[in-house]
Amino acid sequence: MAAPVLKFKNPVIRWIDYRLPIFSYLHHEAYEYPTPKNLSYWWNFGSLAGFMLVVMIATGLILAMQYTPHVDYAFDSVERIMRDVNYGWLLRYIHMNGASMFFIVVYIHIFRGLYYGSYKAPRELLWQLGVLIYLLMMATAFMGYVLPWGQMSFWGATVITNLFSAIPWVGDYIVTMLWGGFSVDNPTLNRLFVLHFLLPFVILGVVVLHIGALHRFGSNNPLGIDTKGPQDTIPFHPYYTVKDMFGLGVFMIFFAFWVFWAPNALGHPDNYIPANPLSTPEHIVPEWYYLPFYAILRSIPDKLLGVIAMGASILILFVLPWLDRAPVRAGTFRPVFKWFFWILVFDCVILMFCGKYAPEAYWTPFGGEIVDADTFTERVAELTGLSHEAALNAVGEMWGVNAASGQFGIKILRLGQLATIYYFAYFLVILPLLSIFETPKQVPLSISKPVLGGGQKVAHAAAKPMEKA
Amino acid sequence: MTVGRVILGLLTLVSALAAVLMVIANPVSHSEVHTQTWNFNGFFGAYDQAELKRGFQVYSNVCSGCHAMDLLAYRDLRDIGFTEDEVKTIASQVQVMDGPNDAGEMFERPGRPSDRFHAPFANEQAARAANNGAYPPDLTLIAKSRAGVGFLGHDGADYLFSLMSSYEETPPEGVTLGEGMYYNRAFKGGQIAMPPPLVEGAVTYDDGTAATVEQQAKDVATFLSWASEGNLEDRHRIGIKAVLFLVVFTLIAYAVKRKVWAHLH
Repeated sequence: MAAPVLKFKNPVIRWIDYRLPIFSYLHHEAYEYPTPKNLSYWWNFGSLAGFMLVVMIATGLILAMQYTPHVDYAFDSVERIMRDVNYGWLLRYIHMNGASMFFIVVYIHIFRGLYYGSYKAPRELLWQLGVLIYLLMMATAFMGYVLPWGQMSFWGATVITNLFSAIPWVGDYIVTMLWGGFSVDNPTLNRLFVLHFLLPFVILGVVVLHIGALHRFGSNNPLGIDTKGPQDTIPFHPYYTVKDMFGLGVFMIFFAFWVFWAPNALGHPDNYIPANPLSTPEHIVPEWYYLPFYAILRSIPDKLLGVIAMGASILILFVLPWLDRAPVRAGTFRPVFKWFFWILVFDCVILMFCGKYAPEAYWTPFGGEIVDADTFTERVAELTGLSHEAALNAVGEMWGVNAASGQFGIKILRLGQLATIYYFAYFLVILPLLSIFETPKQVPLSISKPVLGGGQKVAHAAAKPMEKA
Repeated sequence: MTVGRVILGLLTLVSALAAVLMVIANPVSHSEVHTQTWNFNGFFGAYDQAELKRGFQVYSNVCSGCHAMDLLAYRDLRDIGFTEDEVKTIASQVQVMDGPNDAGEMFERPGRPSDRFHAPFANEQAARAANNGAYPPDLTLIAKSRAGVGFLGHDGADYLFSLMSSYEETPPEGVTLGEGMYYNRAFKGGQIAMPPPLVEGAVTYDDGTAATVEQQAKDVATFLSWASEGNLEDRHRIGIKAVLFLVVFTLIAYAVKRKVWAHLH
């Protein structure tokens, strides 16, 4: 490492920096850090995710000062925050909706990476660290949802912890260890609270690694090509700090809408009923950001296989860099890939939809309704003139489709299964095959060329090459 | 090219929003719920104090016979327009168990504004014993814990209003009511253990409003919405300020961004 340059005017900073070059380091990594000049607004979501992590830790810290992790007091202590703590409702609603915002931002961030091939060499480790952050986020959010100890908290905790019992031989033992007893009870709440407090700081640590890995090769960009020299990059500050600031403003307006006008819309009403181990809610539904995985879990009737499929749906992202061997990164230059990518996005929405409703219910896309199996069979019987039993058979055989009468309905379970198949096929079949058979379009030689457009400026840019490197 | 990108971006945004709405909206129709206009909905929504006071009257004359509101204190009533003295009077009408005193005895005293609403039953078992086995739920959070058909399917006020006003004396053909059950179109399954609580004219409003069943239902639904979400008015007020600030902030940020990036190309 080169000796720190004494470039700071402030003598105190200069003094510190000489002994501990933290300011030189920050200047290098956050100020002059060379960033591709062509990043689109899709590249705003990384810094937004970082912002959300800070918001969640800050609000969570204050909420934890007022919260009581005990089955007899947790629910009331949350209500006390809402009613008696000054601006407690604001803190809680920011934290509650902040979780959803965090996931929205991270999902966009992930899909951006998927489209522009940000996971490809040499950024594989950067991508894997990102997947790890996402896994930790899911665990943290789940634990946070348990803390208010409402009906969905309790039953969600019961369902999720029970998933571990599917593991052969040691499953039940693990579940007992998780619960700290033989059912979801006070010890469970206590440990989930402790872990909910701890994990965000683990996430913070992995985020530091994520940024460290990012700064090794710099950001990917919408063209998916490497930067060829200083003519392709601009310093992070002021260009991207100001662009991120604008993006932050737009995002905060969106965030504020939920916090101030629809604070409970993304949650489940049942969570305002105190947990009652003796009364199971009609439908136990996870938060929206887990719905796709919940759909994958339920689309396989076998418990162990379902859990494996759900786990695999995330773990598969860890090996994605080796499944997609296509040398071109950006989807922009991959004419066939593009279509499969957008189908994947749509597929995840479908999975989300399937996760929300009972698997045995039917969705009638043209009626725009979800109807339970009995009602649907009833309708089919009515429309076709079949007896109830015959209709039941017809519905079962036809995957819930009754095309004859125009009453088209598909069983949520079947829809979820189709969507699950596509999800895995995308990673395990489509991407590897595309790597072999797809002919990508011509990729630009450098970032400057398409950005600058005209011929003379390219010549100008080429006139002073590589002055820094 | 740029216009095309903006259009594509907007399309993506709209379809993403549609996707989210599709997932959080609640098309499962359990029962008949009628959407009402509520003063407290919308960006500037605020509770109507007269409505809240009438709603409180319905609650204390009718509902409080069976339903507790554990999370509300009498002092909270100041927020719906009762004066300090009125709150004291209201609180003093109940006897509250307190103690132990210096002699180690529990004793009863008149309620104070700092006391929580007096519960009609000592515990769940007592409540069930007095109500044919059914448990009248606590009402403090009832509006938030029941999905209606309002905004994104979470507007409990619509549900409460419908429940209060959808009793039918004779159930439709083919429905056999259980012992001690009543027929209600808004209740899931149609059979509810709560007898029709509202009767026309059973409450005489202090402000002279005609006490029809609909009027009482609307008032009490408003009161219960306030009970579950007393911070709503502050929330809307602060929200407007926050968004105004953010809009100005965003516009400035955009202008600065344009200026900084201008001499790049």
